Amino acid sequence: MSLEEQGVPTVAVHTDVFARLVNAVTRANGMPTSRQAYVPQPVVDRSPEQLRAYIHGTDPVSSRPFMQEVIEGLSNPLDEADLEGVTFERNTPRLLESETEDGLRQLFEANGWTDHLPVILPTEERVARMLEGTSHAPDEVVGKLRPTFFREYWEFTVEKVAVNAVMAGARPEYLPVILALASTGQTSRSSSTNSFAMISLINGPIRKEIGMGDGIGVLGPYNHANATIGRAYNLLSINLQGGSEPGDTYMGSLGNWYNYSSTFAEAEERSPWTPFHVQHGYDPGESTASVFFGGWYTQAGYGPRETWQENFRHAFAGSEQYLPPIIVMDPICARGFVELGYDTKEKFIGWCADNARLTAREYWDNQWIQTLMRPQAVAGVEPYASRLKADPDELISIFEPDQIKIVVAGGETQGAWKMIGGRYTPNWTVSVDDWR
Amino acid sequence: MTNKLTVHDPRGFPPKVTGKRLAPRLTGLEGKVVFLVDCLFDNSDVFMDQMQSWFAQHLPTVRIRTIRPRESWYDDPDMRATIGEEGDAAILGVGL
Repeated sequence: MSLEEQGVPTVAVHTDVFARLVNAVTRANGMPTSRQAYVPQPVVDRSPEQLRAYIHGTDPVSSRPFMQEVIEGLSNPLDEADLEGVTFERNTPRLLESETEDGLRQLFEANGWTDHLPVILPTEERVARMLEGTSHAPDEVVGKLRPTFFREYWEFTVEKVAVNAVMAGARPEYLPVILALASTGQTSRSSSTNSFAMISLINGPIRKEIGMGDGIGVLGPYNHANATIGRAYNLLSINLQGGSEPGDTYMGSLGNWYNYSSTFAEAEERSPWTPFHVQHGYDPGESTASVFFGGWYTQAGYGPRETWQENFRHAFAGSEQYLPPIIVMDPICARGFVELGYDTKEKFIGWCADNARLTAREYWDNQWIQTLMRPQAVAGVEPYASRLKADPDELISIFEPDQIKIVVAGGETQGAWKMIGGRYTPNWTVSVDDWR
Repeated sequence: MTNKLTVHDPRGFPPKVTGKRLAPRLTGLEGKVVFLVDCLFDNSDVFMDQMQSWFAQHLPTVRIRTIRPRESWYDDPDMRATIGEEGDAAILGVGL
């Protein structure tokens, strides 16, 4: 659409499963009649002959010859709609029209405002009570969210976050944490075809103040604060970004159970290592929320038994190489590694980075490494350029040390660890105290 | 009689949409420079190679050039400037 604005007639080619999404995006950009042509899904892994057949075949959306769509899209005269585009405002009211409880439940479900589990209806009284959890004004703008790069941002206020916190069943004292998560500007409902979730970690005194769980069942539904904060982050991501509707604002092929709720606290008092937020520049007495983009893969293993190195190497080799891991380690397991000489997280991460390896052939045979990393490798950006130069059978590192993160949590009923796909960016740790 | 409740709308605030016009279309492609923009998605280069073959076979007077952005997903103003200065039309693919 940027090319159209600079005066270049353009046709964009997509696979047919994206037709609804394309219509929504072009409309939101004021250019709903921009020219599109469609081929069948998939293009990835198809042979030249199969792609040639797509091009010589029929557009599955318009049922006209594909190349006719392309040629006419560049050369057919414009009409009035093409010259005007579309201008409109979309309003979301503060309050909905009064309705029975059953009627409102049906409305919320029909409009895609829930995670398809029952919600607490956000009455004026409940929202007012929730707002007592922060000193910030209800109309203060918290930030913006969008489902992915190419969608428009929606803006939201403290009150809108509180509304979603009520729906999730959260308590007012949790609101500063939920506001902090919302303020990251990172959606927990990415529309990526990779079915990503946002895993969130809470550090500092707020954990104990609101009773968050860092013990038995820390990654499961065994603590009210963990469960409802994580759910609130997902509900607000749905509603404050303009939806998470399959085929439109959500395209994850397999979906992800982490999208229900995936918030936990670090067991700072039982960890032999430095807490995550202190590693990232905060004081121990500050409370923070950190987010990790992923949840695509999860692997698990046990403490440092005789073959722990092989176990970790297998787990790294079985991860997805475009998505670095967050390793959640039970305190028993962490102490075991300290006994082996890894007395800091950084030392253990260094071993991990040295041993997270694949053959160059395997590394590059991944559609997202091809899409995201190969252009950088070709442009000479390290470490991707060196990885591209490697012999196909050479074992190459797949993660840099600063990409691997470790958090200590768990109930010490077992010396276990989980390795979860979760990319972290330094500015993805934010203050909770700022939202008290 | 069933009680009615008043509740908040949970949605955020969408931006205003401002209409934009399409670029003028070409009266024909003969002799024109058409850029094939390989958006760098996996296998899109192979797709664009096949597009180029189609033009060579069916519209050989169209001058096809292939171009790529610096990275996938991100806008590349330099690439767009090149297309604007040296091209008459563009076909983007395969992806969003």
